[in-house]
Amino acid sequence: MSEFKFNEQNEKKFAELLTRYPDRASLSLPSLWMVQYQEGWISEEAMVYLAEKLNTTPMDIQSIASFYTMFNLKPIGKYNIQVCKTLSCKLCGSEEIRSHLQKRLGIKFGETTKDMKFTLTEVECLGACGEAPAMSFNDDYVGDLTIKKIDKMLDELK
Amino acid sequence: MIVKIISKNFDIEDSHKLEVAVKHGRYSSLKKLFSMSPDEVTEEVTKSGLRGKGGGGAPTGDKWKLMPKNHPKPAYLVINADESEPGTFKDRQIMEFDPHLLIEGIINSSYAIDAHHAYIYIRGEYVFWAKRVNEAIEEAYKAGYLGEKVGGFDYKLDITLHRGGGAYICGEKSALLESLEGKRGHPRLKPQQKEPEWFFGGPTVVNNVETIASVPFIISEGFEAYRAYGTECSPGTMLFGMSGHINNPGIYELPFGTSMKQFIEEIGGGVKGGKKLKAVIPGGSSCHVLRADEIDDITLDYESLKQHGSSLGTGGMIIMDEDTFMPEAMKNLFEFYHHESCGQCTPCREGCGWVDKILGKLLKGEGTPKDYETILSACEMLNGKTICVFAPSVAFIADSYLTKFKEEFDSLCKK
Repeated sequence: MSEFKFNEQNEKKFAELLTRYPDRASLSLPSLWMVQYQEGWISEEAMVYLAEKLNTTPMDIQSIASFYTMFNLKPIGKYNIQVCKTLSCKLCGSEEIRSHLQKRLGIKFGETTKDMKFTLTEVECLGACGEAPAMSFNDDYVGDLTIKKIDKMLDELK
Repeated sequence: MIVKIISKNFDIEDSHKLEVAVKHGRYSSLKKLFSMSPDEVTEEVTKSGLRGKGGGGAPTGDKWKLMPKNHPKPAYLVINADESEPGTFKDRQIMEFDPHLLIEGIINSSYAIDAHHAYIYIRGEYVFWAKRVNEAIEEAYKAGYLGEKVGGFDYKLDITLHRGGGAYICGEKSALLESLEGKRGHPRLKPQQKEPEWFFGGPTVVNNVETIASVPFIISEGFEAYRAYGTECSPGTMLFGMSGHINNPGIYELPFGTSMKQFIEEIGGGVKGGKKLKAVIPGGSSCHVLRADEIDDITLDYESLKQHGSSLGTGGMIIMDEDTFMPEAMKNLFEFYHHESCGQCTPCREGCGWVDKILGKLLKGEGTPKDYETILSACEMLNGKTICVFAPSVAFIADSYLTKFKEEFDSLCKK
């Protein structure tokens, strides 16, 4: 038995979702999201727990979780910054933005600051090409980025 | 040039709220819809010539007609909101400013194919838009537009929003269905004959957000009203996007057949900084790139772009100015394809990486005369040897960069 458990709200949501799909296998992605919102990341214990709930094996859950890039398989910082690096953003100057963020936070892409405050990642097209260069900051998009705008944002967080 | 069929309510304040949406005509198609038989609805959509707006451009009515009658398992409608093609950001406008149009379209389309449950598969990154659509779905349930008796008529419909997890390939409809079934998003083998898609063994139609959002207009105004816009083979309108080196990036609804050059100059406001245009990717990164001197007589419709050796795709145009170094642009896209290959087929998983690697070597100034040929042969290996069209389209676009801007690659291949 694993130590991870859905909280009451997610337990309720899971039961409700079961009624909305022809097969409980469909609940893998929604369940992984619920785990991630509850814990911030997806631990092995959580995968064992989900495997039981979804009548499958932990390995199966891991193979799904590792396929989709948005699931964090290790803990991440409080602020999750994901900068778009694909063409429209690149044409509009994302390279400058990307190197500034690395410098300012003192970490490289794929890393988390020691105080677990920031995680910085490069991602492929966010679908925010009209407001390039763009990034996602936790669950929100921030577009038309400039170094000034980023500095102001980060200053206000401290 | 700009028309407002799908985008009619986009500028209205609080247009996403049910009360405002209803005041501006949302759900008004239902009365007429339920006075028609499902077959009549399909026929109306077929006659309108509506084509899929997610990139493929397949006739929507024909897709619906593939649904078997009296199948023992329930039918499903699945909405593809996994918009991930670089340069494309149109479906999110519909979900942000008029989610009830999408729901109304889902009601229309589900009724036509006799489905009683529809799923909206939205890309994981679109958190704001997922919330927005979910709120609209809740409002629609409360107001009786969804549930046991849709709009008070004898028809039951549920809609469930399903969030992806960040995988470009899930925009491919069979990969999307695999993902919706809870698995890795690996595309399925294509059947030899035409048949519908399948979700847990139930016959299924997968349509793009914008396609479905076009249906209410066709049903309430009639197919002729839709055909009044656009061209004979590409009727109606589309949400075209512009990004990159352009003064007014954004999404604009235009009738098919609009001049590309005029669109770039008049609506887009021309190339940023008064520079000269060098190249245009017409509809998402998986289309053949076009040189500035090729676009003069191109009109924005499926046929014209095909004639010019490219495709309309999703209508999300990427504009590049004279200073863009094309091998760099190509490298950027290959990093994308390398990262997003689902890994199921070896030629694609390895090949995209090889090309990316060779391009990296060229840009570092370590190119040799052989490299140009090596890229071409790697692309040949990508073509026609995989389950889905991801690898062939990658090979196809590589070819367009390599041949149309050969001198730039040649300059890197000399040591």
